[in-house]
Amino acid sequence: METTLLTVNNVWMMICTGLVFLMHLGFSLLEIGLTRQKNTVNILFKNVFIISIGIILYTVIGFNLMYPGSFIGGVLPDYFIDLFGLSLPENGLGPEYADGGYTYWTDFLFQAMFAATAATIVSGAVAERVKLGSFMIFTIIYVGIIYPIAGSWKWGAGWLDELGFYDFAGSTIVHSVGGWAALIAVWLLGARLGKFKKDGSVGAIPGHNLPFVTAGVFLLWLGWFGFNGGSVLSAEPGATSLVLVTTSIAAASGGLAAFVTSLMKYKQYDLSMFLNGILGGLVGITAGADMMSITDAIVIGAIAGVIIVLGVALLDKLKLDDPVGAIPVHLLCGIWGTLAVGIFGDLAGVGQFLNQLIGVAAVGVFCLISAFIILKVLKSTIGLRVSEEEEREGLDIHEHGMDAYPDFRTNEH
Amino acid sequence: MKKIEAIIRKSKFNEVKEALHDIEVNFFSYWDVTGVGNEKQGHVYRGISYSTSDIQRRYLSIVVSDPFLDRTVEAICKSAYTGNVGDGKIFVSEVIETYRIRTKEKGPDSLK
Repeated sequence: METTLLTVNNVWMMICTGLVFLMHLGFSLLEIGLTRQKNTVNILFKNVFIISIGIILYTVIGFNLMYPGSFIGGVLPDYFIDLFGLSLPENGLGPEYADGGYTYWTDFLFQAMFAATAATIVSGAVAERVKLGSFMIFTIIYVGIIYPIAGSWKWGAGWLDELGFYDFAGSTIVHSVGGWAALIAVWLLGARLGKFKKDGSVGAIPGHNLPFVTAGVFLLWLGWFGFNGGSVLSAEPGATSLVLVTTSIAAASGGLAAFVTSLMKYKQYDLSMFLNGILGGLVGITAGADMMSITDAIVIGAIAGVIIVLGVALLDKLKLDDPVGAIPVHLLCGIWGTLAVGIFGDLAGVGQFLNQLIGVAAVGVFCLISAFIILKVLKSTIGLRVSEEEEREGLDIHEHGMDAYPDFRTNEH
Repeated sequence: MKKIEAIIRKSKFNEVKEALHDIEVNFFSYWDVTGVGNEKQGHVYRGISYSTSDIQRRYLSIVVSDPFLDRTVEAICKSAYTGNVGDGKIFVSEVIETYRIRTKEKGPDSLK
């Protein structure tokens, strides 16, 4: 009987793994759609690199770094046993492993799919001007080391977990980790040419394919069923179905709130804001998807949607150029979602709110500092940014010698 | 013989084509063009307003024998008209000679 349950649980977890994998296609489409045609190959290349290197890095060191298993003196992760590579533990394929929720192999692959997400978030924010080599080096260090360490604090049963910090599927542990790095990267890189003009006005650099953006967001929404649904860590019927419901509701209300906010602010039905709002709602509900009531999910999503529109405007005001809205979506809504666990739902309370705040701040400081060091070193050695000529003519031709659509290269976009 | 070049709204192309057909002007070439003009199109992208002066139009090139000139111009003026700024322009110029490649006919006969 126990093995039957394990089989069912494990199948669900593998489906979720596949759904999270699909999110990488969603991110790819979202990013190329919101940027210009001349940089499409470059962005796709980065996304393909991230998932490939991400899985290898997670195999080599990430998984063990994130889930140390035991702690020296209860605090320091014990990395002295099996830091490198995968080795099937005793009972790793039986019901004793992870309370029969999944096997060791499923555990690894599900988490590996998550790991690459953090770098994908950065990829969108730095699009259209980052040097490919520098970005790849950054990705290797950030996904290979920084993400697993931050993750171990909570999901690896580290000190934040001890403290009572709650982050169900990673509003902070995944999305903010990517978001903080995106913020630093955008700041160190500077804006794309033409984004902030000499007269102080802000230039619009329209993305080249809104149908791709839409397809990307629908894929991400679908993928989130795996991202949050799988974070139940079994196929437990009540929890998984509730999580799928709260996830969808927050996505829907996030999108609606963003479109209404942008309509009131700009008198336009802005599709890109609507779509970003959906993602904001998804990121927002991620920290507490299993703790929220239906009403909570609506409110959390709606506030996330408003944050998106105001966040995009705020970044423009601060002269930070984030072509795809990665910072509002993953950082701001990640913070919001994490704090929301202390305000709404089963865990709400002052103590919990403070724990959430500590978690947000600790991960924030750690990510800001490490991203700053990595990117600063890259900037002062091989450089972060492509030449002006390359930026104008497109990274596709200069870095890759390719056009995304060779038959349709009609203008500077 | 005259060459009539007309820049018209893309949305009016089918009406113009039919109007030309009605007066038996059945042969002409056209292509899509982008121009710059006084008409500005307002856009908003992620909260940033911007306008572009790039205007999308269709360019028709029609060569007719002299008796067809007036009615052709009239047909285009009538069918391409909306009354708003940006309806387009018509240019008429002299054509020195025309040839039909297949038969080597020249002059107005080659236009039939």
